[in-house]
Amino acid sequence: MSEASLFAQQERNRHRSTLLVAVFVLFFAWIGFGADYIIHLSTAGAPPTAYHHQIPFAGLAACALALGMAWFSWRRGAQQVLWSTRAWELVNAATPEEQQLVNVVEEMAIASGLPKPKIWIVPDDDPNAFATGIDERHAHLAVTQGLLATLSRDELQGVVAHEMAHIKNYDVRLMTLLAALVGVLALISDATMRFLWFGGGRGRGGSKKGGSGPLLAILLVVWIITVLLAPVVSRLLAMAVSRKREYLADATGAQFTRNPAGLADALEKIETAVAPTKSIKWGTAHLCITDPLGRRINAKQGVVANLLATHPPMAVRIARLKQMAYQYQKTGVLPDEG
Amino acid sequence: MFWILLLVIAVVIAWVIGAYNKLISLKGQTLNAWKQIDVQLKRRHDLIPNLVNAVKGAMDFEKETLEAVIQARNTALRAQQQATPTGGVQALAQAEAQLGAALSRLNVVVEQYPQLKATANIGQLQEELTSTENRVAFSRQAYNDTATDYNVKQQQFPWSLVTGLAKAEPVELWEIQEPGDRDLPTVDLSMKPKA
Repeated sequence: MSEASLFAQQERNRHRSTLLVAVFVLFFAWIGFGADYIIHLSTAGAPPTAYHHQIPFAGLAACALALGMAWFSWRRGAQQVLWSTRAWELVNAATPEEQQLVNVVEEMAIASGLPKPKIWIVPDDDPNAFATGIDERHAHLAVTQGLLATLSRDELQGVVAHEMAHIKNYDVRLMTLLAALVGVLALISDATMRFLWFGGGRGRGGSKKGGSGPLLAILLVVWIITVLLAPVVSRLLAMAVSRKREYLADATGAQFTRNPAGLADALEKIETAVAPTKSIKWGTAHLCITDPLGRRINAKQGVVANLLATHPPMAVRIARLKQMAYQYQKTGVLPDEG
Repeated sequence: MFWILLLVIAVVIAWVIGAYNKLISLKGQTLNAWKQIDVQLKRRHDLIPNLVNAVKGAMDFEKETLEAVIQARNTALRAQQQATPTGGVQALAQAEAQLGAALSRLNVVVEQYPQLKATANIGQLQEELTSTENRVAFSRQAYNDTATDYNVKQQQFPWSLVTGLAKAEPVELWEIQEPGDRDLPTVDLSMKPKA
């Protein structure tokens, strides 16, 4: 293993889950532009004066809708999330614990080369933390009061490093975009279903005969099936990306602290506090240090659990971190793993 | 033929410009990382008089420990003024390592005075000290990472052709040379099995 520089590793890590995102985008493109292609085929044989579908309006509209939703949540997202958790901003540290948090965040800002994010405290006794904000200049880092009360300094450092890693890897931006795409796909799917249910029967069966033959029919059937499955498939894909980014944030965070054991200990402590974090809603789950709903799904490994969880199984994360700590102790080099 | 020659020249020029810019930007990053260390060292040096004043009254009979800390701070302060990335880094690293050792000795002594530790002021100062030590360590880590990148690029073959043009010179890493300073005694009371 070569001792790649810290920054080269970050660079590589950032491109890790690209494949999954590419699949997601292709899927989205198929739904949008596939519809255009089908309409194009079905109008291709029409008389010259009739409508010919040349410009992919459906695909463009879907893209515009997704971009609009993403833009809207980029603009308002951070404030909304923080507001919904009833968090308050920590400006002047009053207690030793708050001072420690401020110090740890500043240390991690130095280690990661990021500007210092705004610090928020969520009034909740369950230990948890999350990061939000669209880019590194407008980043927010929130921790619960329970977290401050339970963790030691090293463990707190591990958790803060994990959240800073989310910021550094642009995970907030990525997951916001994916959430917008999931939303648009759900809309399209819903609209299609209603159309098939109510409007589909009238005048369609007869008029389409004598079109462009079997290709059109097959494409249409495949398209309708994918559209009906879209909400489920897209959500599963988004969850898969989310889990990849969790592992990545664990690894990047360890590169900041050079102390993977700190986060491993923190995760063990957080896991024993099984109570759900009530003040953090589902929408932010993918940015938390651990699933705020305390769903048991994250606890066990298994096919279904693996598909539906925002976070990888706790045991696996802890095991990976401990492995990293062991290797670092032996070789002085962190494993380059995402 | 003429066009091929022209194309080759154009490619070479484009590469030289790119390589020159890359080296310049690495130099900038290295200097920036160095400034970060400077800021954190200043923080460390400024903190020490406060710490000394806070504990002085309560530990009159630990004079030499305090003296050692003040001495080490003054040496480090002088070394800091003379150090730049291309020279004096190792002297500064040495001085800072001695200061660190003196501080941890002081910390051990403070731990022996429960009534001293109980005052909130000392607790705060200790947290400040821990944080400052971490900041120094992390900025050092960032500096060494960028500086290594910069040094390696300067020496690698095609890049080495433009180092003169970019006025790039190798920078010193922040490391401690003498073996004695490196292996500080470690005390392990955790009873964990050795890895």
